[in-house]
Amino acid sequence: MNTVLEVRAVSKAFGANHVVRDVSLSVERGELFALLGPSGCGKTTVLRMIAGFEAPDRGEVLLDGNGIAHLKPYERNVSTVFQNYALFPHLTARQNVEFGLKHKGNVSANLQERVQKVLDLVQMLGKEERYPARLSGGEKQRIALARSLAIEPDLLLLDEPLSALDPKLRKQVRGELKDLQRRVGITFIIVTHDQEEAMAMADRVALMNKGVLEQIGTPEDIYLRPKTRFVAGFLGSVNWRGDYGVRPEAVRIASAPPGNGARCQPGRIHSSLFLGNCFHVEARLEDGTALTAEVSRVDQSFSPGEKVHLWWHPQDEIRLPQ
Amino acid sequence: MKQLRFWFLAPARSLTFGLFLVPLAIVVVYSFLTRGTYGGQGQPFTLENYTRLSDPLYLEILVKSFWIASLSTAICLLMGFPLAMFIARSDPKWRGTWINLVMLPFWTSFLVRTYAWMFLLRDTGLINTVLQGLGIIHDPLPLLYNDGAVILGLVYGYLPFMVLPIYSTLERQDPFLLEAAADLGATPWQSLWRVTIPISKPGILAGSVLVFIPCLGAYLTPDLMGGGKSIMIGNVVQQQFTSARDWPFGASLSLALTALVMLLLWFVMKRGGKELI
Repeated sequence: MNTVLEVRAVSKAFGANHVVRDVSLSVERGELFALLGPSGCGKTTVLRMIAGFEAPDRGEVLLDGNGIAHLKPYERNVSTVFQNYALFPHLTARQNVEFGLKHKGNVSANLQERVQKVLDLVQMLGKEERYPARLSGGEKQRIALARSLAIEPDLLLLDEPLSALDPKLRKQVRGELKDLQRRVGITFIIVTHDQEEAMAMADRVALMNKGVLEQIGTPEDIYLRPKTRFVAGFLGSVNWRGDYGVRPEAVRIASAPPGNGARCQPGRIHSSLFLGNCFHVEARLEDGTALTAEVSRVDQSFSPGEKVHLWWHPQDEIRLPQ
Repeated sequence: MKQLRFWFLAPARSLTFGLFLVPLAIVVVYSFLTRGTYGGQGQPFTLENYTRLSDPLYLEILVKSFWIASLSTAICLLMGFPLAMFIARSDPKWRGTWINLVMLPFWTSFLVRTYAWMFLLRDTGLINTVLQGLGIIHDPLPLLYNDGAVILGLVYGYLPFMVLPIYSTLERQDPFLLEAAADLGATPWQSLWRVTIPISKPGILAGSVLVFIPCLGAYLTPDLMGGGKSIMIGNVVQQQFTSARDWPFGASLSLALTALVMLLLWFVMKRGGKELI
């Protein structure tokens, strides 16, 4: 593994608003990296600083070991797929793809060959003479991808790539994007606010909050071993119990204590909702606290008021580093 | 519903009919009449007013009018495009102010503003007086009563008609397109040529038409700022109806001009029409 991008202690403020504070991260070549966080957390600003649309106030951005923070967007071999795709409306799909090849990507002789290749890659052959106005949302995204891939960037940046798509299409495109990234081998950085999207697609995720980088790691890493309460809570719900937490899906319900070394608490069922793939159960423990459990519907169902035992394995507990 | 539609359109229809089509028909009829000995017009019907159009004297003026109108339009475009771009890309809270400043000249009559220019440009005008007073020039510069003065007057008068349509297309432009162009390797100049200008083509066409047509038929500006020397086709038409008292020939001249303008519009619409309408 070698590092393609390094962001070193980058900060950015717009007026008195400190959007990004001291963010450092490095991205490996060929990796699909996600910048995740709630809206306004600064993830898009980090992306725009990598692309060159914003200059960091402090810190350095290195591409292949060379500082690029002072370079204009048209001077770096990085390309962006915009959230609204930003296709040129006066150019056909093919001309959109050709646009970058005339400036970046240093080809001229085999230009048409390259265009043909990327159009094929995104399965848009046959629609290349259409203007963007005559393309569907999914097709626009493919052309935006093809346009960026054509210049063979060291780094492809995708700003909320799925947000403009029909919800039904999202899961499908999620898989297609990941598959495409594997085939072309180009490093992708995806910005998203959707933790499910980030975890399903990315090799590694950087989670940001209020301009600060909270944690970087593989999806399992950050989900199972979160370093802060924010990380744990952003990726899924947690029952916080003093100095540790337990995720609802780790909680099991039984009528008698399991007695297998598990942590067990007696309580009463408060409510039980059938969600199709599971039951969402709210319980009141005898110590007065509430506990949420998501139990498989294969397990027996419980009715409100019923006295039960709630248990989980100690290794499923989330313990934040002190 | 249908009746409502009829009544809503009625005022515009009667205006168009009464104040445009009827006078136009009168002009067409006049253009085939013969000029009376002491002014006025009458029978017999004749084509002579149209054959007279091929007189090199008028052709020359027509060509010159086209040239002056084209040059004025080009200058308006060169000045108006950057201005429109500046306004469209300025802070939204200032845009209204800039647009109002562009339209400010409309608050006074065009005639008054043209006279103001004459006061500035004439031999004893402000510019020459100041330059002479500073000792930069000895004799006054010939700033007024030439083609340059006419073009200046036309550009001044019609610049807002170029700025506004271009501004409206630029203002609607997705700002991410410029970032996308930069992202794909285009320098600011390249993205101006390859993105901003092509996208504002409808505004450029509309502005050019709005400037070119009134410039071609202008008579006030060439009359006042061109003196007698710089004459345009509008002045010839005006003279036929006034001092020459040759209404039939004036009618055929103005119809010829109308036909030329329509031909030109048809050509423009054919080339870039779908954006223009």
